[in-house]
Amino acid sequence: MSAPAVVAASRPTAVPGAPIVEVRGVTKIYGADVRALHEIDLVFEEGRLTSLLGPSGCGKTTLLKIIAGLIPPTAGEVRVKGRTVTGPGPERAFVFQDFALLPWATVLKNVAFGLELRGVPRAEREERARYWIGEVGLTGFERSYPHQLSGGMRQRVGLARALAVDAQVLLMDEPFSAVDEQTRRKFQEDLLGLVAREKKTFLFVTHSIEEAVYLSDRIVLLSPRPGRVAGIVEPKIRRDGDPERIRRDPVYLDTVETIWRGLKGYVE
Amino acid sequence: MQLAGFRLPASSSLLVWLVLWELVGRAEVTILLPPITAIAARLVEIVPTPSFAEALAITGQAFLLGNAIAILVGVPVGVLMGRSRIADELLLPWVNLFVSAPLSALVPVLMLLFGIGQTTIVTTVFLFAVWIIVLDARAGVRGIPPSLLEMARCYGAGPLQSFFKVYLPAALPEILTGIRMGVIRGVKGVVIGQLLVSVVGFGQLFEIYSSNFLMEHFWALLFVLFAFAVLVAEGLAWLERRVDYFAAARH
Repeated sequence: MSAPAVVAASRPTAVPGAPIVEVRGVTKIYGADVRALHEIDLVFEEGRLTSLLGPSGCGKTTLLKIIAGLIPPTAGEVRVKGRTVTGPGPERAFVFQDFALLPWATVLKNVAFGLELRGVPRAEREERARYWIGEVGLTGFERSYPHQLSGGMRQRVGLARALAVDAQVLLMDEPFSAVDEQTRRKFQEDLLGLVAREKKTFLFVTHSIEEAVYLSDRIVLLSPRPGRVAGIVEPKIRRDGDPERIRRDPVYLDTVETIWRGLKGYVE
Repeated sequence: MQLAGFRLPASSSLLVWLVLWELVGRAEVTILLPPITAIAARLVEIVPTPSFAEALAITGQAFLLGNAIAILVGVPVGVLMGRSRIADELLLPWVNLFVSAPLSALVPVLMLLFGIGQTTIVTTVFLFAVWIIVLDARAGVRGIPPSLLEMARCYGAGPLQSFFKVYLPAALPEILTGIRMGVIRGVKGVVIGQLLVSVVGFGQLFEIYSSNFLMEHFWALLFVLFAFAVLVAEGLAWLERRVDYFAAARH
């Protein structure tokens, strides 16, 4: 992308946050010469939702997994709250594209799983799990099993599990891509409410321009093969009113259009 | 099966064969086939005897011990092979070799190593059962979705937690199939081991009965063993079906 579309300022309610996740010169090479990411430099600020947006093959999921500590970078480093990442840590929680729920465990046990691994006593972890099950709108399904739930509900379980461990940074890997369109819209609206209430940092991977613009304070555009930062967009959208109105907001529509024109070149 | 409009219960065809057996036995065609009713009477007679109880106890002990060791060794080794490429490449050729090898031929070697007694029989049961348990546990672990393992790492699972809270339950349907097949092989192992060692348990009784041409005793004992094998297999199949509800819902 020749001229990165940079829109200044952010939404009025945003807290000017300190950097919490820093990506410094991260390069990832698979095998002998498959360059998935090339010298990525990014800073993510506390309390904001940043999307990593790009077509398939741009390495956005790879970058998210490097930040999660699941994949080591070939070169460069990731710092979270000033400390270099060498593996997964309690200050980061991950929401998976395919939900990654334990099929043999109930919703309650799935949501409490992160706390169970940390040795939180049963009564306490189940109480916290119940709270988050309520927050994501699944009250009454505590004793259901994942296969009894719809895709959207399963992802709500995945989200509740990530929220229950009280990590400051939530890493979401295309969380709504396996969910039908109507469910996705409702889910996106709920997520906006959550971002506003919880002062957490969200890193959100998506290939949907509309989704990125609708949700994000800041959008990092990645170009494919090798993945590089092609531009950064900060949509100036008011999110304090009716979430339905955002989709008709001229700023929303213009931003979608601008990003599409920028990314068009990378699509065959 | 239906006969003249009546629904017959399953395996009622067995009756036909039993009647045929009885007729052949009554006709005294061969000493090898006594009448089935005589065998049944003998069965009732020998089961309460102390020598039978002793043989049953020692056989059961070898069977349970051999299978328990096979499960305790086989499942972790299979899980390890499923997740570690190095372990897999080191061990897989041997597992594949032994799972199809004629292990009975090894029993004489085991007798040299462990002596003529219970240790050899326990080892035989172990060797018959363990390989299929390893292979099935390995297959179960390889079938776990990668994101489930990433999830466990993300939320801070250590190696032991991963093993007990993710690998084991996720691969449980395959592991149980392996255990059922291993235990069935274990029945063969205990019988073959005892027959070859032939100084302990049912092997000794078989030896006494057959060398003295006590065919009624011989058949009675064989029926006990058959019934035992079927019972064990069916019990485990029942357990497996109880776990299947989530095996079907996994993907």
